[in-house]
Amino acid sequence: MGDWKSVTVPLVSSDLKHILSYTSERKRSSTSMNSQVLHLPLPLSKNMHSFYSAFCTEDNIEQSISYIDRNCVRLIQLLIYFFSPPPPCFYQELTTLGFPSIYAESKGKELNLVSIINCMNDLLILQHKNLRAQEEAEMQHMKLGSDMDHLQNCYAKLKDQLELSKREIVGLQERDRQLQSKNRNLHQLLKNEKDEVQKLQNIISSRATQYNHDMKRKEREYNKLKERLHQLVMNKKDKKLAMEVLNYVGRADGKRGAWRTDKTEARNEEEMYKVLLSDYEQRQKQLLLENAELKKVLQQMKKDIISLLPPQKQKPKERSEDGLVLSDQEEDIGELNKENMWELSCETVREQLTNSIRKQWRMLKNHVEKLDNQVSRGHSGALNEKDVISREDHELETEKLELEIQQCKEMIKTQQQLLQQQLTCDDDTTLLLQDCYLLEERERLQEEWRLFREQKKNFEKERKSFTEAAIRLGLERKAFEEDRGAWLKQQFLTMTADCKQSENVTTPSAFLRGSDPDIRLVRSASRQRKPPSVLSASVAAESCQTSQYIAQNSVASEKPAADNMPNLWVESDDKEETEECTKSWEDSGVGTLLCRNLHMEQLP
Amino acid sequence: MQILQVYTCLDQIQYIEWSSDSLFILCAMYKRGIVQVWSLEQPDWHCKIDEGSAGLVASCWSPDGRHILNTTEFHLRITVWSLCTKSVSYIKYPKACQQGVAFTKDGRYMAVAERRDCKDFISIFVCSNWQLLRHFDTETQDLFGIEWAPNGCVLAAWDTCLEYKVLLYSLDGRLLSSYRAYEWPLGVKSIAWSPSSQFLAIGSFDEKVRILNHVTWKKITEFDHPATVASKKTIVYKEVEKSPTVDTERFSFSPSRTLDSSLFSTKSKYDISQVPVSLQYIKPVADRANPKVGVGMLAFSADNCFLATKNDNIPNAVWIWDIRKLKLSVVLEQLCTIHYFQWDPCQPRLAVCTGTSRVYLWSPAGCVVVQVPGEGDFQIMSLSWHCSGDSMVLVSKDNFCVCYLEGEEVK
Repeated sequence: MGDWKSVTVPLVSSDLKHILSYTSERKRSSTSMNSQVLHLPLPLSKNMHSFYSAFCTEDNIEQSISYIDRNCVRLIQLLIYFFSPPPPCFYQELTTLGFPSIYAESKGKELNLVSIINCMNDLLILQHKNLRAQEEAEMQHMKLGSDMDHLQNCYAKLKDQLELSKREIVGLQERDRQLQSKNRNLHQLLKNEKDEVQKLQNIISSRATQYNHDMKRKEREYNKLKERLHQLVMNKKDKKLAMEVLNYVGRADGKRGAWRTDKTEARNEEEMYKVLLSDYEQRQKQLLLENAELKKVLQQMKKDIISLLPPQKQKPKERSEDGLVLSDQEEDIGELNKENMWELSCETVREQLTNSIRKQWRMLKNHVEKLDNQVSRGHSGALNEKDVISREDHELETEKLELEIQQCKEMIKTQQQLLQQQLTCDDDTTLLLQDCYLLEERERLQEEWRLFREQKKNFEKERKSFTEAAIRLGLERKAFEEDRGAWLKQQFLTMTADCKQSENVTTPSAFLRGSDPDIRLVRSASRQRKPPSVLSASVAAESCQTSQYIAQNSVASEKPAADNMPNLWVESDDKEETEECTKSWEDSGVGTLLCRNLHMEQLP
Repeated sequence: MQILQVYTCLDQIQYIEWSSDSLFILCAMYKRGIVQVWSLEQPDWHCKIDEGSAGLVASCWSPDGRHILNTTEFHLRITVWSLCTKSVSYIKYPKACQQGVAFTKDGRYMAVAERRDCKDFISIFVCSNWQLLRHFDTETQDLFGIEWAPNGCVLAAWDTCLEYKVLLYSLDGRLLSSYRAYEWPLGVKSIAWSPSSQFLAIGSFDEKVRILNHVTWKKITEFDHPATVASKKTIVYKEVEKSPTVDTERFSFSPSRTLDSSLFSTKSKYDISQVPVSLQYIKPVADRANPKVGVGMLAFSADNCFLATKNDNIPNAVWIWDIRKLKLSVVLEQLCTIHYFQWDPCQPRLAVCTGTSRVYLWSPAGCVVVQVPGEGDFQIMSLSWHCSGDSMVLVSKDNFCVCYLEGEEVK
């Protein structure tokens, strides 16, 4: 608000000065303002009233008016400064404040009543405003004061609390320290006790060893005495007979006593082992019986548990896999329920049984837990079965998933291995592989070559034989032809001699008689192909001869041609010929017969 | 009870024993070192065995009833005298311990504890011809006792009370198992086999009984004997003195015997105490050897179902354990210290004597106090059942009486 300078206003009367100084004092001490502000307006007004009445008398009206006019400015300024924010400029004319001059404008020293009253009114208004402002300021001042008091109280309380808590902390720390020290003491005591116990145990053990040692020493002495005594006793023994019996009693079991020999020793051993064995066997039997009974009980329990779990079978399709699992288990159970399984006591069967029972028991437990949960939820009122996945289902699912994962992993592994084998095959291996195939083929080809060569040899042989046969045939034919020619000549000659004799000359060839009509036909057919040299009226004989001849001819005619050709030809031709011959003869149904005849002809 | 025979021996008899076939009686006179044998069939037959200067400490029959085993003084040797032949066998270095000689139940084998050169050995002999079958050393500090299992295939050997160690040997001398419950405190006090050889009960100085099973030879359970019985399922029978009723005055005209008995002997009966029950506990004297602490008496019932024990700290009580459930079944609290108890050889029936003139019988059906009728004080020190289970002999210092038990017929 700027600094306040004490305004020294030349005052006419001391009362005004007092008022001014009063107001300036008021300003300085803000606290006193509160108490005094309230009182101020009343006495002031009174004072002012009395003061103003004292100030202006009929005598010094003009002076007072001029004074007011002169000092009005300053007074108003003061008042303004007191009760409202001060205008920037300290010295301002009344006129500039907006108050019209008291003096009449145009009438010189004549007073303008209106303006005076206006001024008065303005002053009053200002005064009111200022008073109000003052009140407000006082109120605020009061408020602030009370706030301040309150805060100071709080502060004091908090300080007290802080003090208290600090003291408490110190107290607790002290206690903590005490307890810790106690704890340490106790630990120490405990350690001491333990050490003592250990020491005592050591003492005991050392004393025990000492006693043992002493005992042994005494015992040895004692033994020596005993030995000595024994010797003395034994020496004295031969004096009298120790046992007097009227007559000897028979043995309890009626048998005679036996000498002690190795045999008896062996028998004793045997007996002993027999006894032991029988005992073990008995025990084993008992254990087997017990086992069988327990297994039966377990099987029954399993059945009971399965019977207690019907709801699982009726699960929705989502759980169909679990159902499958169940059915698998049930199959296993069915298998295990076979009686002969009970007899087996091998590890796997036992494990199977116990595992299946454990599984069933777990399922039952889960089922019961589920029921419990349902019941509790039913009580609480919220039944969200769909959201809740029972633990057992969850477990089954996880197991299944794990299995799947494992299987997949294994598959992946195997695939990887195979792939690796395929891809990262070395060149050598491929070559080797290729070579393998080539070798195979080569070997096969070789085999075939071998066969081929063998066959070739065989064919060679056959060809040779055929050629020989053909040569022979040719030769024979030649001979035959010559003979025939000669014979025909003779015949002709005889025929011309005996032309009347038209007998059917039967040739020595016996086979003609049994000939088929086909042969006759053939003969007849072949007759026409007779070489010009051959001319005979005889039907049968000639025809057969001619047939023979045809055969021979065919062979012979081709023979010379054949002879000129190289071997291959011969072979094939021979083959063909023989084949043809055989074919033709076979077709006619006389193949074999005529061939035979052929041979027969060739023979001579 | 009619006197059949009277035999006169040369000296005061310390020990008397029937032969196994009940044809001969052995009378041992330790002071003179003589054993006399009498025959029932032939009263004229006599036999006298004189150990001479060797002295006699113990004497017993062999299982076949034809051999006598004499232990000479200082346990120098065991002499086996044969009544059939004139042969004598010696077993050297026998051990001077509580149970040094043990016969199998079928009488085929005999185990003898020996000690040579400060080491313990066990020798197994065949009883038929006294041939040595096996000889092996034991891992004991000081072998205290040996006992065959009833099936004759396992031999239990235990160490002195300074070491808790129980060794189990097979008939052929193999060590089957070794059991040790703890190391330093006093160890085994008593041992008992169950009749089926399935269990071995070991009573020790720490007031506990540990039971081993014959399959694994490992402990299957341990029974504790605390002074307070807290289990709800245990029945505690307390012997309570019956105050003489006013009715006895009415019986003033009854025979004097009953009057005397009622005057001199107090009657008692059993009451069932409410659990928890605190039993009378005696704190043992600390600096004496062989303190009266621990389980000193152990006995299995004949049907293998019950085990009766006595804790020497609590000398008035008999603890009966159910072996099938492995739990404490019954506690019999008597007025006086228990001297002896024995199971009926046929049924699960226990007879207890406490040095008073009453014998106490317990069976799963209940328990009963049997007063010995008679004049004066008949202090039963020991008792013995007949093998048929119908009667038992009650023995006091100077007298004995036979108690017949009538069996109820089930109609």
